[in-house]
Formats: sequence, structure tokens, C-alpha cells
Amino acid sequence: MIDFVSQLPILMIVLPLVTAPICVLLGGRQLTYILALIVAWCVFAISLACLIQVNQSGPIHYEIGNWKPPYGIEYVVDALSGFVLMFVSFLGAIVLTYGKASIDKEIPHSKHYLFYATYLLCMTGLMGMCITGDLFNVFVFLEISSLSSYALISLGKSRRAPLAALQYLILGTIGATFLLIGIGLLYQMTGTLNMADIAGRLDVENGGRTLLVAFAFMTIGLFIKMAVFPLHTWLPNAYTYAPSVVTAFIAATATKISVYAFIRLIYGIFTPDFAFNTQPLDSALLAMSLIGIFIASAAAIYQSDVKRLLAYSSIGQIGYMLLGIGLVSVGGLAGGIVHMFNHALIKGGLFMAIGCFALRIGSVKLDDLRGAGKTMPWTSLAFTIGGLGLIGVPLTAGFISKWMLLTSSFEAGRPQVAAMMLVSSLLAVVYVWKVVETLYFADPSDAAAKAKEAPMSMLVPLYVVIAATVVFGVWTDWSAGLAQQAAEFLFTGAKQ
Amino acid sequence: MIAQMDIGQALGLYNYWVVIFLMMTGFYMVIARGNLIKTIIGLNIFQTSVVLLYVTMGKVKGGTAPIMPLDVGHGHGHGHDSHGHEEAPHHAADAADHTMLQHPLSGRVGEAEEGPASSVVDASGHFTGISEPSVQLTGFEDAAHSHADTAHQAAEAIYSNPLPSVLMLTAIVVGVATTALALALTVRIREEYGTIEEDEILEMDRTA
Repeated sequence: MIDFVSQLPILMIVLPLVTAPICVLLGGRQLTYILALIVAWCVFAISLACLIQVNQSGPIHYEIGNWKPPYGIEYVVDALSGFVLMFVSFLGAIVLTYGKASIDKEIPHSKHYLFYATYLLCMTGLMGMCITGDLFNVFVFLEISSLSSYALISLGKSRRAPLAALQYLILGTIGATFLLIGIGLLYQMTGTLNMADIAGRLDVENGGRTLLVAFAFMTIGLFIKMAVFPLHTWLPNAYTYAPSVVTAFIAATATKISVYAFIRLIYGIFTPDFAFNTQPLDSALLAMSLIGIFIASAAAIYQSDVKRLLAYSSIGQIGYMLLGIGLVSVGGLAGGIVHMFNHALIKGGLFMAIGCFALRIGSVKLDDLRGAGKTMPWTSLAFTIGGLGLIGVPLTAGFISKWMLLTSSFEAGRPQVAAMMLVSSLLAVVYVWKVVETLYFADPSDAAAKAKEAPMSMLVPLYVVIAATVVFGVWTDWSAGLAQQAAEFLFTGAKQ
Repeated sequence: MIAQMDIGQALGLYNYWVVIFLMMTGFYMVIARGNLIKTIIGLNIFQTSVVLLYVTMGKVKGGTAPIMPLDVGHGHGHGHDSHGHEEAPHHAADAADHTMLQHPLSGRVGEAEEGPASSVVDASGHFTGISEPSVQLTGFEDAAHSHADTAHQAAEAIYSNPLPSVLMLTAIVVGVATTALALALTVRIREEYGTIEEDEILEMDRTA
């Protein structure tokens, strides 16, 4: 009898991976939905169990097939990956719970079983990227999640959806291939693919040009997947034309996982000393993220499509996470990590609210949303609370992470960065207010006047997420506390 | 570093030059071509260059495919399967057995009268070829020694690193999946817009 508890890390990956083809074999709309839903929540329960175990007894190392690392592939759940796994699986599960009515409306019924299978695959890929301790495995899981998200995006009703998916595919593949080149060069230098083993063998002081090239390729590759400002061009179209459920899921998770992989890359392999002292990555990150925050937020103000508006806001928010990494301090890194979590909740919640509008009004253009606050009060309220979180108003989750980033930028002796963060929040006020004003204070459009409130099946999960953004804005033990632990873990690990 | 590299070295790295050439060709096609199919082809070339990069880094000079040679299983010394000049002494020993077998055999073939000549000649050729070193056997112990070494080397032959090739099998699968998905999307784009020129599609979106 195999010890069940010790097998939890692999179950987290295998369960959705195996269920995906089962969904395809089963076919049928309701059955596959229930199956996918059960599996998604199981994965969340497992990741929660793993996180609790990590907090009690330290990192979990799972050797696949009992092959000892570095020969075999190793799965590692530590403070950081456990935290990320937890919120990714939570959002995966809650978005799926919320999505039934929206999926029914936006995706042809004959394709539903394929949709659920692809959704599970996407979740597998994202979780796998997070849990694996093997560098090549990261690439494989990145491609699993990417390929399935291209397919998911192309399911959008708009005829522009396939082109948006293809554009994402082209850029995403270039990014993934860059990562692959970097992995190859690292392998060439060390002869191993296990991340911890590479870190032990890599001579970062005398790595020379190969090391530099590997670092550059992997950084740029991940930047493309993260949609960092100059490499963001795939994101607005992909988020705008994807089905609402897909947008909510991908916007909440996909880019964060790439940020996570980037943190792992710097702290787990190349060491912060190489990235920030030998190479000027910290200044580069600060510059890129600040420019990105300003340009993306300004672009968001001028959008007439709310989905596109939020997509540009996402590009800006990625900037805050990178800002945290670029500050090179425990506080900054913790701020970045907790912003990953908070932004996942906030953006997930906002896109879920948008999905409700899309269901009842049939459009997410600002013009059509006019006056929806009267006919869809609950959805509008949820959007407003989420929007406040996006700005970073006190008592919302967004405030916590921005506060952490602010204080650590003062500590790092960069008050100008803090000042620019505050100014950039004003831009967020403008674009969030623009939507809120349209919802509450404009004359109702025809569609909005006829709309009725979204069904409970969507509202309840929506409010779970929105409530979470408020809860984690007040009670920070779990979010900020865990992020702080993770950041300390990374820093001490790096010093060894 | 490049300054120190002489032409011989630069040419010796020709695999890497090919990799870079392919990579840049593919990358350029992706960026510069507006036709979706050409973009996808470019993407494919770009991915393939990485396959070559990995396979090149796994190649060991003089290395062979990591497949266990047959005679390793037979143990040392029995040079029967590997034909080399140094192995002649043992061949001679084996040949002694063969003569016992071949004599009655050739005799039988000869009696059958069906194309016997060639096989007899073969057999006799075998004899002459072996009888020469068998004479030397007593005098040349070195030959026997060197034979033992080669058998050893056969067991510990130089192999190329198989891991990069295995990794690339995965990458090729990923590449195939990417291409398939990209082509499927292109089909749908063409159904929607009636063209696969990116400029025309964007123009149609702008006016629509």
C-alpha cells in the first residue's frame, strides 16, 4: 500500500492530466463539467494540504518513479511554489464553478467536452511549471499550458479570436523557444537539468559569455510570456476576444506563473548576485516596469471595450510585480509575490464580473454597459469593489501589496520609485472610475435596461473571489505572511 | 574570445553556424512575413534550429549511438563477431574448429553438384587467410595483447550523450503540436476572412 499522503505532489499534476483525455472519451456536456469541476476542487484541496504540510515540516521533495535527483525528475513544493500552487488551483476551480452559464452561452455546446479537457490541461501546465524542480520540465509544462490556452482563446465568439490566438501562439512559441535555448546552454555548461543541481554546479562568476547568453534568452523568453511592457502585444487581443471564462482564468493565472518562473530563475539558478550586481537587471526591471505601468495604464484609459481596458491594466499590474523583484530586498520581493496573489484575485474577480455582463447584456463595450448598475446591481457592486482593489484603496487586497512595495522602495532608498507608483495609481483611478461612472451614472443603454441580474450560480463564486480581495485586505496573515516567508526562504536559500 | 578564435576553430564549430543561420532565418520570416503560412514555416525553422543546437551539444567526437554492441554481451576475447586484423590469432583458433566443420560440409556440397565451386573456394580462401597469422601466432604476443585491448574498447566505446536527443524528441512533439494548432487556426482565419495575409485581415478589422 503506497502512502497516500506522500503521493500528493504528483497527484496534483496527474489528476487533471489524466482527466482531460477521460473528458474527451466520455463526451457529453453535463458529465464532463461535473468531472472537471470535481477534479479542479480536488487539485485545490491537494495543493492546500501540501501548503499546510510545507508550513509544518518544510519543503516537500517528490522523486518521480523513485529516481533520485539529479537523474530523475523532482517535484518541489516549498514556501513559494506551495503558495502559488494554492492560489492558481483555487482560481482554476472557482472560475470553473462560476463558468457554467457563461460557457453555455459563449461556446457551442458540441465543443463543451473539449473545452473542459483543454481547461484541465491548461491548469495542469500551469501547476506543473510551478511544482517541477527540473528545468526541461518547466519548458514542457509551459508548452502544455500555452498550447491549451491558445486553443481556449480561439474559442471566442468574435471572428477575431482565431487571429488573436495565432498572434499569441507565434509570440508565445518564440518565447518558449528562447527559454529552450537558454535551458540548452545551461545544460551545456553544467550537464544537468535539475534546478538545484544546476545552481550548485553553475559557476556564475566565471560563466563568461555562455552564461550571459543563457540568462538573456531565458529572461526574454519569460518576459514574452509575462507580457512585460514592450513584449506585451499579444495580450490585449488575446484577453479581449477569448471567452469570458477563459479570460478570467488566464488573466488570473497564466502571467503570474511566468513571473513565478522568473523569480525561480533568478533566485534558484542564476543567483541574485549575478542578476542584480554583475548584470544590471534591477535597474532594467525598474525602468521597464515603471514605463510599462504608465503606458499601459494610460492606454487603458482610452479603451472603449472593458475587457481590453482590463487587459491593459493587467500589463500595468505585471509591472508592479516586477518592480517588487527589481527592488532586491526581502520586503520588495514579498510585495511582488503578494501582489501576484492579490492581483490574481482582483483580476479574476473583475473578469468574472465582466463575464456576468457579457452573459446578460451580450457585450462588454462601455456604450452598452451604460446604466447597468440599476439592472445588475450585484454584478456592478462586485466590479466596483474589484476596481477599488485594483487602484489599491485601503481595506482591499490591492492596498496591502502596494503598501508593501511602497515601504520597501523607501527602504531601498528609491523614493522616486515610490512617488511614481503613487502617481500611477491615479491612472488606475481614472480608468476604474470611467467604468464605474458608466455603470452607475449614465443613462441606461437599451441592452442594459432590459438586462436582468446574473444567475446565482455565477454571482456566488464571483462574490467568493471579491470577498477574498476584501478579506485579504484586512487579514494579511495568510497572504502577506506567506509571501514574506517565501521571500525570506528565497533570500536565505540564495545566500547559502 | 572571438578574437582569439582562429579560422580552424570557427570552421570547426560549423554546426553552430548552421544553428544560428537557421535560427535567424526562421526568426526573420516570423517577423517580416505577413502571410500566415509563411510565418508558421518560419516558426518551424526557428524551432528546428534549436533541435540541431541540442543534438550538436550532445555529440561527442568519435562517439557513436548509445546502443550496446553485440559482442559486449558475448564477453571478452571472442572476437568472432568483430572482424579485425589483430583478432587473427583467435580467428585461427576458431578456424581450427571451422576446418573440422567445413571439410565434411564442402565434401557434401561437392557431391550435390549444385554450385559447389564457389563455396569450396570460399572455404579454401578462409583457410589461406587464417593460416598465415596462425603461423605468426607463436612469435607475436603483442598482437594478442592489442586484440584484448580492442575487445575492451568495444565494451567501453565512446558514446554521444543521448539525453539532448531525448529532450529533442519532446521538443519535436511540442513543435508538431504547435504547427498543427497554428495551421488549424489559419484554416479558421481563412474561413472567417477569406485571406491569410495579415495586412488584409487587419485592414478588414479596421474598416469593419
